[in-house]
Amino acid sequence: MMCSLALFPPPLSGDGETSQYNESNTDPSVWFEDSPALNLYFPRESLKPHSRQESSSKSAFRDHCETLYTRSAGAWCVCLSLSRTHAIPKPCLFTNPHLCLSARRDAGLSGLLNEIANSSAEVPKWLGVSSSCVLALLRWVSSFHSSLFPHLTLSSEEMTAEFSQVLDWSDCAVRSFAWHPHTQKCAVALSDDSIKIYNPKRLSLSQCATTPTLKHRLQRSVAALQWKPLCASALAVACHNCLLVWHVDPTSLSTRPSSGCAQVLSHPGHSPVTSVAWSPNGPLLVSASPRDTAMLVWDVAVESCVPLHRVGGGGVTYLSWSPDGSRVLAATPSSLFRVWETRMWTCERWPSLKGRCQSGCWSPDGSRLLFSVQGETVIYALTFTDNPGMPLMMSGGPKAATVVADLSETTLNTPDGDIMVGGEIQSLAWDPRGERLAVHVKGDAGAGRPAMIAVFKTQISPAFKLLPCGFVQGEAGTEPRLMQFNPNYQHGAQLTVCWSNGKITHVPFCFMSAGNPQPGLGGSPSLPLTQGRPADYNNQTLYTELIS
Amino acid sequence: MFSSDQSCCWFVRKVICWRAVASMAWSVLLLLPTTALFVLLIRFSLFHPILWISECLSLLTSASAIFSFILLCGVVLMVGFFNLEYYTVVPSIACSKIALLGQVLHPRQFVHSLVHCIMGVVVAWCCAFTIGGRYRSLGHSCTQDESSSGPEMCLNEYHLVLLLVGAFIGYSHSLVGVVYNMNYVSFHTMQQYKYLRFKGALPLVVKASAVQALYCLRTFLLLYFFMGYAPRAWICKTLDLNINSSIHSLDSVSSLLDLSLLYHLWISGTFLLLTWYITVLLFRIFVTEVYSFPVQSTFTEDAHQCLPKVITGTQPMILKFLALQDLALLSQHSPSRRLEVFSLSQPGGHPHIWTALSKECLSLLSDLTERLVAHHDTVATNGRAKSQSTGGNKRSTTSSEGSVTSVGMEDMKTPRPGALIRTPGSVFLRSSVGAGLRTPLTIPFTPDLDSPFSSPALRRLTGPLEPQGALSPGFSSIQSPHVMRRGPKLWSASTDSQLNGSPPPSPGPAPSPSQAQLKPSFLVTFLQNRKDQLPEASSQALFADSQVHIWALQGLSHLVAASFSEDQYGIVQTTLPTILSTLLLLQEAVDRHFKLPHTSSKPGHCSCSMGDDSYKTLRFALRSTLKTSVYRITATFGGHLHAVQMSAEHRKRLQHFLEYKE
Repeated sequence: MMCSLALFPPPLSGDGETSQYNESNTDPSVWFEDSPALNLYFPRESLKPHSRQESSSKSAFRDHCETLYTRSAGAWCVCLSLSRTHAIPKPCLFTNPHLCLSARRDAGLSGLLNEIANSSAEVPKWLGVSSSCVLALLRWVSSFHSSLFPHLTLSSEEMTAEFSQVLDWSDCAVRSFAWHPHTQKCAVALSDDSIKIYNPKRLSLSQCATTPTLKHRLQRSVAALQWKPLCASALAVACHNCLLVWHVDPTSLSTRPSSGCAQVLSHPGHSPVTSVAWSPNGPLLVSASPRDTAMLVWDVAVESCVPLHRVGGGGVTYLSWSPDGSRVLAATPSSLFRVWETRMWTCERWPSLKGRCQSGCWSPDGSRLLFSVQGETVIYALTFTDNPGMPLMMSGGPKAATVVADLSETTLNTPDGDIMVGGEIQSLAWDPRGERLAVHVKGDAGAGRPAMIAVFKTQISPAFKLLPCGFVQGEAGTEPRLMQFNPNYQHGAQLTVCWSNGKITHVPFCFMSAGNPQPGLGGSPSLPLTQGRPADYNNQTLYTELIS
Repeated sequence: MFSSDQSCCWFVRKVICWRAVASMAWSVLLLLPTTALFVLLIRFSLFHPILWISECLSLLTSASAIFSFILLCGVVLMVGFFNLEYYTVVPSIACSKIALLGQVLHPRQFVHSLVHCIMGVVVAWCCAFTIGGRYRSLGHSCTQDESSSGPEMCLNEYHLVLLLVGAFIGYSHSLVGVVYNMNYVSFHTMQQYKYLRFKGALPLVVKASAVQALYCLRTFLLLYFFMGYAPRAWICKTLDLNINSSIHSLDSVSSLLDLSLLYHLWISGTFLLLTWYITVLLFRIFVTEVYSFPVQSTFTEDAHQCLPKVITGTQPMILKFLALQDLALLSQHSPSRRLEVFSLSQPGGHPHIWTALSKECLSLLSDLTERLVAHHDTVATNGRAKSQSTGGNKRSTTSSEGSVTSVGMEDMKTPRPGALIRTPGSVFLRSSVGAGLRTPLTIPFTPDLDSPFSSPALRRLTGPLEPQGALSPGFSSIQSPHVMRRGPKLWSASTDSQLNGSPPPSPGPAPSPSQAQLKPSFLVTFLQNRKDQLPEASSQALFADSQVHIWALQGLSHLVAASFSEDQYGIVQTTLPTILSTLLLLQEAVDRHFKLPHTSSKPGHCSCSMGDDSYKTLRFALRSTLKTSVYRITATFGGHLHAVQMSAEHRKRLQHFLEYKE
């Protein structure tokens, strides 16, 4: 096995290609040609904290000396509206039905039972005893279920935080970020449940900067964003208990598109939605929820969905559609992930991991999948060599995953002293040309290992190669929270990083694409930002595939 | 018809029939577990589990059970046959309530209802036999009064009720099938294997049948409560049975609320609907399976089975649908077949395949554009400006032609008389299998003509009422032409006459002024009111067959995008201007259509019953696919598109797409 981060240039040396990012070497014209730089800053204080409108109103409404009947009526009405199946006649049905508006959302049948069991003074004894018995039975069954799948004990918020690609999601000012696949436009989801859309070109053209802000009643705890490919306006948002697809007219000057511009896609049992992925060339959208064992494939235009059920896994946490559209990676909360083939929607299972698959990314041609596993510090690779057009495709699939990089803790010597790097992997991103791979390392603040982004140079053909490139670090005391490559960067690759202090910055990597050298720029690759790059790291291959 | 008979025959004989047979075979096989489950459920007794199981086993293996199983198989085969005979890939959408009534009362539908009613009785008889006990037979011996000699036969009302429930559910299945287009077979965006698709749909089917049985049972009990005496008396009279006066009759509240009776009725109804729904589901799954047509063939005798030939045909509709589906899939997924499309003919070097495919797709799309433009014109003028229907037709045709020819569409618009029968009116013209069986009476009513009497057959029946073959199709002389002629213009999707190239209705004698000045009678106003009530439906009807257009768009755009790197001879480039202008014209027409006041801009919510209502949302899918298709071409070609010749207006529009501002 090839070792790892020790081959990297020390992060703080100050002259690496992608060493510490500072304001001085930012040239806006490199980031976005002919448009101003898009440096965004969302200090956490400016965003008002997560206001749970419901809970506050609930406590205001709920007087403690309400009778049991009204309380259970509330719970009961919700129970009725959620699932019109349990039909137990209760006297509470006939008491004020409008109080149920203030009732808890998640009450249901167990809420009703809970209310009855907890108010022993108001109900006959047998009713209280029997409801506590039923409640205990329910809890026992659900604990049995959740001992199989421990993630089911988490609340929705915790679940989103656990399975999000964002490091420390619940504390992060920027919940999600998405570049438009075709134009210089990006969407930022903030912790106050709003989404802002920035368009640098528009900013430069007109002084009155219109940054549409999207707000919707159902848009809570946004876990993921993605723009629809081959479309100017559609943005899919994974929310607390539904999917929203916004249609933001790019020519409109309105700053607050109405909630009528959003399609609401919801399916019973499919919440919280933690991941969405559009098919790169079609109208399909897949969505995943850790509570739902089915992955939903939506035909967004007609708002219909096909659930794809498979046994095992206990849910789906993360989805990634390969850029050529032929496969989808679907990670589950248990140590299993699936790779779906999108022609006939069959899947192959990849069990026997050490932990759950945390993140994954596809090479631009869709032939190679890199993924990381929770609890491990290595990157695995899967190669799909078969022709995606063939119907019986599972035969040509890979037999085993290979380890291509090891990011375990290492001490690097820098002029300022030794520093520790490495750790578990939070997310992976591969730039659209397949030349750079960014790895978001979780680190461990207690052990003195900061979270950071390690960047590899990659080569896909003729042989798959990984070479160390450098680290991306922010200002002192900040750590990266999420990252994404800009798909429309002309001069190489550009990594957008959201930092823990609420800043969003863009790190350019300028290179000549090896695959298709651009004519007219001279034969040798000119790297504008690499002046004193240590040459000896150039040849140290971290991973090379032997072509058989 | 345009396509050769040979081509449609081979397909129906070799593919559709076999698919139908396979689906029926599977439904018969699945009948076995369904029946076992039914027996278990219906004989359920909580307190004697061992007795319950052993009784069920002995019942299932008895000879009489096998007899009733054979009966059930017969019923399932019959349902399968009716599915095959009545299915359609283009839904018939009733644009008004009158049209809906016309559909329900149509003789063809009457046959359907009658047969389903009878089959319902048969299934219910099997159920009654299985349940046994008090349901077993229609008569039972009873000694009513001591004066009469010996035992008499009395009516067993439980048995009768069960049979009536079967008949009622059978009839309502047929009725609901018309209203919710249960015979409509929709195609899915996602391809899945048949088994997986069936597995995914099975829970929904079970749920739908249970719910539907519950609703039917409720309605039936209400009916029986009020009118139960009639069938009882009739049966007693015809079969010479007595009514046992010592037992309470069932049409009273207390006896109808017998829980065990309700349970048995409900489970029997669910079983009936479940077996039928499974048959429908399997038929849909089998018949919509992808069929891979060869792109070209080495032997000339197989040439009629190749994609370019098949796609231009019209005559079983399903053949055209499957061909276009195959085109859309090959353009996306199989590079090798794409290469065949881009290849040149061996002697001569002509791109025959590409020309045929692109021409057919483009003509489909420009048809839709024309249809939309015509609809828009009629709605915009609200029908008033064109009291003369022929004039209106002519105008809209010329206007759309004008816009089309301006961009050099002349070659695409080669007249193909009678070939373009893709208007919603042509619903039943798929008629694949029944081509030989079709009698004039089964030529259907069209949904777009607003009168129930508008089917050719019925019109012939009502012929004597019409003066000289009518001024406008479908309206008899008793109705004031002034009022009635406006009707179809308003909400109907009828653009038949100008689209399918058939000559416009002969002008006929001009309406006499006295006739026009007649005051509309009460009946006419009533009908008129009933007619204008489903504005949403006209939009749905307009896009009823849009699945073809969606595939044509997908196929074209993927092929064009692939040609950027795969087309070695540059054959696609020659058609590129036409393709772009057709797409942009259609885009314009669709945009205008969605701006009409009565079209909702968002798909509504789907019900979870067995009726497939995906046709209601086809226009949204079309709108989205259209945009994606244009973007796919612009994203692939990028700046190269500036070199393509096109009108200034289209160039401007395309620029919007290039800048991602649409």
